[in-house]
Amino acid sequence: MTNSAVFLVVLITAFVLVGAALLIAMWLAPRSTNPLKGEVYECGIPTRGTSWMQFRVGYYLFAILYLVFDVETVLLFPWATVMRQMGTDGLICVLFFVIILALGLAYAWRKGALKWK
Amino acid sequence: MWSFSELTEWIDATLRSLMGDGWALFVEFVLIGVAVLVAYAVLALILIWVERKVCGFFQCRLGPNRVGKWGIFQSVADMIKILLKELIRINRSDKVLFRMASFFVIIGSICTFAAIPFAKGLQAIDFNVGVFYVLAVSSLGVVGILLAGWSSNSKYSMIGAMRSGAQLISYEISSGLSLMAIVVLSGSMQLSEIVAQQADTWFIFKGHIPAFIAFVIYLIAGHAETNRGPFDMPEAESELTSGYHTEYSGIQFGFFYLAEYLNMFIIAAVATTMFLGGWQPLHIAGWDGFNAVMDYIPSFVWFFGKTFFCVFLALWVRWTFPRLRIDQLLNLEWKVLMPICLVNLILMAIVVIL
Repeated sequence: MTNSAVFLVVLITAFVLVGAALLIAMWLAPRSTNPLKGEVYECGIPTRGTSWMQFRVGYYLFAILYLVFDVETVLLFPWATVMRQMGTDGLICVLFFVIILALGLAYAWRKGALKWK
Repeated sequence: MWSFSELTEWIDATLRSLMGDGWALFVEFVLIGVAVLVAYAVLALILIWVERKVCGFFQCRLGPNRVGKWGIFQSVADMIKILLKELIRINRSDKVLFRMASFFVIIGSICTFAAIPFAKGLQAIDFNVGVFYVLAVSSLGVVGILLAGWSSNSKYSMIGAMRSGAQLISYEISSGLSLMAIVVLSGSMQLSEIVAQQADTWFIFKGHIPAFIAFVIYLIAGHAETNRGPFDMPEAESELTSGYHTEYSGIQFGFFYLAEYLNMFIIAAVATTMFLGGWQPLHIAGWDGFNAVMDYIPSFVWFFGKTFFCVFLALWVRWTFPRLRIDQLLNLEWKVLMPICLVNLILMAIVVIL
């Protein structure tokens, strides 16, 4: 029995769990309509405009930084697995890789990308 | 030590003697699905009860104590109640994405849940890139959270989802790097292999100081990834009512609640598997009698004992510390935890090579 097949089974299980629970809830739950019920929950006065708008740039900077370091994690995992076979040479190569990334982090830090304004 | 693979092999043999191979495989798949589902639901009920009870004791009150002895059926009653609640539709929301969000959140946590080795021979998915798989699938939850916040078309939800997204992706780096330290130590990414290597000594003892640092960082980062405790910025109820699931009601809110508790369990279980030896009993080199006695305790008792210890740590932290601000939260990750993680990784590599 392969792992991938079991993974598919688990995926279907998750779909079934959510779908079945939603169906049961729709069947059991009471339903009543009211124009005010469909309003979004804010402080009580009618909401102004939509919430699908431009958002502050700080989140975007963190997302870019995350991308860099997450790809780094992806690249380092294969090295971590065969670390023993590669020995000191591999460690020195990875050390340079990590130092370059650390310089990138230091640059972002210095430029104020990590500061929450 | 008794292995669950005996039970599964017996089921396999019985099914194959009763019907054709194809049908036997089908029935086994259905059994796996049902087992994962039941374990998931029962653990969720237990965790919610444990959380409420522990929280009660931390605040010098009794917690739930009306439904059943010590209130043990409280979460069952809550589950039935939540199924009976109305699903409110928001007029201006994106209806399809609004529904899809809860699917993503549950899929992310249930697929991770299936990869955990619960006891000897009891593991549904055992990829040879298990650690990678766990990191990849568990981060599906952030997609669900962002979708939930965006599709609700509510300001509270939007701000909560954005904060949650920033926090989850930031802390994912730390948790990935701290798990990588253990991959360096073990030389394998397969979870069953990692557990098997800890038969004589757990990795937290075998890995000297770097393993301990990685363990602590993993607990902190994992705690932040579940949006709980001092890191519950996204749903800071005093400013955002309840963050990304403000607009959800009934069972749809229940899914987020369920996933939050199960994610807490999964973080604790992964920490147990990677650092505290999974289902392996405590062995001390040279103490043969002690080791033999420890072997008598069943493997799932070891696993759940260690996991619930980690869960208790998470609850303790949650009910002890005040909430952080969002800038403090991101500073902690990018300026403290991640540099420590990078240095720790190199340190671990040096320890292994020497």
